[in-house]
Amino acid sequence: MDIKVRVWRQSGPSAGGKMVAYDVKGISPDASFLEMIDVLNETLILDGDDPIAFDHDCREGICGACSMVINGVAHGPEKATTTCQLHMRKFKDGDVIDVEPWRAAAFPVIKDLIVDRSAFDQIIQAGGYISAPTGTAPDAHATPVPKKDADLAFEAATCIGCGACVAACPNGSSMLFTAAKISHLGLMPQGQPERDSRVIDMLQAQDDAGFGGCTNAGECTMVCPKGIPLSLIGRLNSDYRKAITKR
Amino acid sequence: MAASGTLLVLFLFAHAAGNLKIFVGLPDFDHYAEWLRELGTPLLPHAWFLWIQRFGLLAAIGLHIWAATVLTIRAKKARPVKYAHRPKVQGSYAARTMRWGGVIIVLFVIWHILDLTLGVVNPATGDSDASQRVVQGFDPERWYVTLFYVLAVVAVGFHLRHGIWSAVRTMGQQTTKGERRAKAIALVLSVVLVAMYLSVPIAVTFGLVK
Ligand code: HEM
Ligand code: SF4
Ligand code: FES
Repeated sequence: MDIKVRVWRQSGPSAGGKMVAYDVKGISPDASFLEMIDVLNETLILDGDDPIAFDHDCREGICGACSMVINGVAHGPEKATTTCQLHMRKFKDGDVIDVEPWRAAAFPVIKDLIVDRSAFDQIIQAGGYISAPTGTAPDAHATPVPKKDADLAFEAATCIGCGACVAACPNGSSMLFTAAKISHLGLMPQGQPERDSRVIDMLQAQDDAGFGGCTNAGECTMVCPKGIPLSLIGRLNSDYRKAITKR
Repeated sequence: MAASGTLLVLFLFAHAAGNLKIFVGLPDFDHYAEWLRELGTPLLPHAWFLWIQRFGLLAAIGLHIWAATVLTIRAKKARPVKYAHRPKVQGSYAARTMRWGGVIIVLFVIWHILDLTLGVVNPATGDSDASQRVVQGFDPERWYVTLFYVLAVVAVGFHLRHGIWSAVRTMGQQTTKGERRAKAIALVLSVVLVAMYLSVPIAVTFGLVK
């Protein structure tokens, strides 16, 4: 396959950036999107150019590092798929593909396609934990959990913190991420003691980090590689209402 | 957004239902308009209740616009650099047109009050009855006014389709089944409301109400 990619190039956090076009020739349709960039980077290095900086780690769809917006869609055209699991056969010979970093004030660009996602860590630090006594691990069946709750908690816990929801949101809001985190803890008996403070503190941290406000636009869940459902945002709203009325 | 929006939706339904009275007969419609002003008497002086409603409505509109403005400013700040490749709408079209849709509706409401409440941009003479303003305002010759009303009311329909569901979600609706139900209800309510509103101007323009 011969394609053309237009990639956002930015040499550093405070440098200006622009879209730069590159021709990529002879790419296997079975290559992943990241492998295509690897191939492109090899030619860039041979030409003495700066290779395109992009985030990646597991390359098997579980770490959430491979953030890039492909033709206006976070992680590209394939539903419920990270960029590393996206294959070139989803594109056509001769396609022009635009590749950009996540765009959010809370996720500043470090270089090219790499953004700083530590704003998510700040949200987690504000309340995305439970206080558990240390010591030997308790028996797994010591605390009964209804199957329905366990399933939903597990679904919420599959969030890999990739940030695609923020990248896609027209408001630049991280509500789906925060909702996933408060849900997977709040559905468990172990998550009850901090349930009220968790939702209040995590929302505050989210606002402080410069994310926008949620208007239930629903773009987030469409691009989420783990299919985190929008309904969890309703759960967050309900938890929040209960928490502030108790205060 | 949800609380003030809910008040506005209640008004929209009451208003739409009242408009349908014109199908009973023009004098009945004027009688209804007069009743709006009589409401609350003798406890309150003439037209006071109407003014209380108007202030309540203005407050709800004000709060709604204020909240929308805050959200818009936050959204702009949260994404200072735009995407070069315009993101495609994957969620709902109605959800993505809330802001411009809202602005269009406000402009429409201003025109609409000048037209049918104050009569300033209406062909009917100064101290005309409400029914005369409706009949002459939507005269077949003034089809473009009717067209404008149709477009505005359809914009209201889109606004509500997302708005009603979104309000339910904001109040804590959280199951997938409930989500489907809430979306269906929002769609049905919006379609019914649009049909109720459109029936009057269209009936007048096509000569069914004279
Ligand atoms: C298209 C069908 C509609 C018709 C035939 C219609 C008709 C009328 C009439 C006759 C009045 C004056 C009532 C009076 O002075 O006694 C009025 C007032 C008003 N209408 Fe409508 N209307 C329509 C749609 C709408 C929509 C879609 C909205 C809002 C988005 C709206 C908002 C208002 C407001 C705010 C007033 C002023 C209420 C007041 O006097 O305090 N109308 N309408
Ligand atoms: S909610 Fe989905 S899109 Fe958002 S960070 Fe988690 S896995 Fe990524
Ligand atoms: S590189 Fe780990 S999810 Fe893509």
